[in-house]
Amino acid sequence: MEVQKNINRKDYYGGALMVLIGLGAIYGGTDYHIGSLSHMGPGFFPAALGGLLALTGVLIAISARSGDSTPPAPGDGHAHGLPDFRGSACILLGTLAFLLLGHYGGLLPATFAIVFISALGDRKNTIKQALLLSIGMSAIAVIVFWWALQLQLPLFRWG
Amino acid sequence: MISQSLMDLWYGFGVAFQWHNLMWSFFGVLVGNLIGVLPGMGALSAISILLPLTYVMQPVPAILMLAGIFYGSQYGGAIGAILLNLPSHPPHAVTCLDGYPLTKQGKGGTALGITMICSFFAASVGIIVMIFASPLLVEVAFKFGPTEIFSIMLLGLLAGATMSRGSPLKGVAMTLFGLMCGVVGTDVNTGTIRFSFGLLDLSDGLELVAISMGLFGVADFLMSVNRMTIIGSGAKLRLRDMRPSKQELKTAFWPMVRGTAVGTLFGAMPGTGPTITTFVAYALERKISKTPEKFGTGMIAGVASPEASSHSKTQVDFIPTMSLGIPGDAVMALILGALLIQGIQPGPQLITEHPDIFWGLIASFWVGNVLLMVLNVPLIGVWVKLLQVPYRYLFPSALFFIAVGVFSTQNSLFQIWEVLAFGVIGAILMTLEFSVAPILLGFVLGPMVEENFRRALLLSRGDLAVFVQRPISAWFIGASALLIGLQVWAFLRRGKGKGKNKPEVPQTV
Repeated sequence: MEVQKNINRKDYYGGALMVLIGLGAIYGGTDYHIGSLSHMGPGFFPAALGGLLALTGVLIAISARSGDSTPPAPGDGHAHGLPDFRGSACILLGTLAFLLLGHYGGLLPATFAIVFISALGDRKNTIKQALLLSIGMSAIAVIVFWWALQLQLPLFRWG
Repeated sequence: MISQSLMDLWYGFGVAFQWHNLMWSFFGVLVGNLIGVLPGMGALSAISILLPLTYVMQPVPAILMLAGIFYGSQYGGAIGAILLNLPSHPPHAVTCLDGYPLTKQGKGGTALGITMICSFFAASVGIIVMIFASPLLVEVAFKFGPTEIFSIMLLGLLAGATMSRGSPLKGVAMTLFGLMCGVVGTDVNTGTIRFSFGLLDLSDGLELVAISMGLFGVADFLMSVNRMTIIGSGAKLRLRDMRPSKQELKTAFWPMVRGTAVGTLFGAMPGTGPTITTFVAYALERKISKTPEKFGTGMIAGVASPEASSHSKTQVDFIPTMSLGIPGDAVMALILGALLIQGIQPGPQLITEHPDIFWGLIASFWVGNVLLMVLNVPLIGVWVKLLQVPYRYLFPSALFFIAVGVFSTQNSLFQIWEVLAFGVIGAILMTLEFSVAPILLGFVLGPMVEENFRRALLLSRGDLAVFVQRPISAWFIGASALLIGLQVWAFLRRGKGKGKNKPEVPQTV
């Protein structure tokens, strides 16, 4: 029983999240025009979806209580625990760095940053390995994307 | 009618053999094959990453390439499953059960050879079914108005949500979430901009590529970083190891045929995922077998049947996607999306309006499958070596490709924000044990579902009864109700503690 409780807590959170999103959509939908069945306004469909989603969320939470714990299907590729903090942080930071540097610095610094920072997220990578990998990818960025495919992002730009 | 189909097929071969089409098809199967071998990268991520490339391509080579990636990655997945006990995509999990023991007995090459033969046979049967079933389906589909289209889409969405792996309720929730994502942007009927949160970039709606890369690329990396442990096996393969003996071929024959039948059947039902297909095929084989206890120790039947089923399903899956515009699963949703981006509306008109796409695609299936057979033999060694490339180098590089690929779709950095957002959303949902594939299904169908729903009710003056009054529509609504009923029944039965409605498969992965 204890094990089941552990699994089911996720269903409570999941159900609650769905209810929240559903209510949000209803709220958003009523902001636009709802209309009637024969003349639906732009808000009708989102509000209806929101209602259904909220209902589904409630059902998910209820079925969690009644002990319906399907074990994760075998071969399901993903781990279901919480993501690794350092890894996730580096992946997110790396992507943000690409956004920022792509805007203010150009393709080359952006490429270097996204690969270097995200590579550091893996605990087994050393700084030297991350550096080599990002230099390699920068070369690919220049040759393949900038030179051969003529990507519309300058190599360098200032400000 | 049959002779007409054969004539069309002949024409299709003409299209598929045009050199640039052949080249892209070849490129697709090659890349798909490679990515299929790599752990954590399935057909979904491969197609997502290469989707931007199709924006600048002609429709025919673009579709041939995407299809090539799809079935190429399936062959690749079998390699990882058999040689390394690594199910890089879920459908191959079953193949691991008997495939890896065979490798340990030194028969990995034979298992791969059998897999290839079964795959080719199954794909061929699937293609033939597609050739004859599609025109029939189209004839029916031409009678469809908005009411029928809405009902069949409802059935497709429900099937996609409830029949794939995981909790059906959660699948429904994800489909609804996907439908909501489709709402973002300008409303076609009134011009109102919905759920854009004041961002001008969102007035055209969310980008399919960005969503799929976020959900199947970034979210996947977030979940697997520092968790992927890959132990290389010293499996060495020579060409002649892959040739199965006559006895082995005989053992594999009937499992192959049965697997193909299961796959064809499941392919015709929209929404049944490939995973459940291979599991059913395996379970069936074990039930029929005279020595069920030997399954899991290296039975050839345990490799032949699931692999055959997944390949015939892959081919048959294209039928509803191309002829009705209803994608069966997330990969099909992406291919459908690619067609829409090219300005081609999949549906009954597709076959008559774009015969080059439809028949060229079918012909290219065969060409591609032959290419794969030929390719696989010399390349398996290369792929196995490639598996030594550690994940810690792979994901940062893939992240860069995603960023650049998404940027190039619109030459704007904004899409990368979407990728990031959907990466985080995907990771949260996966942590809560939701499967994210139905989101894509909902997103692609969302606008069409809404449009047809609104149009149907406009025509009926708001009378909901129209959906059950028109016979074809009523049939689909009935089937949807049956589907929900079955799920409720299964749930209630499980609640009583007699839950035994799933094929038993030993959990070793």
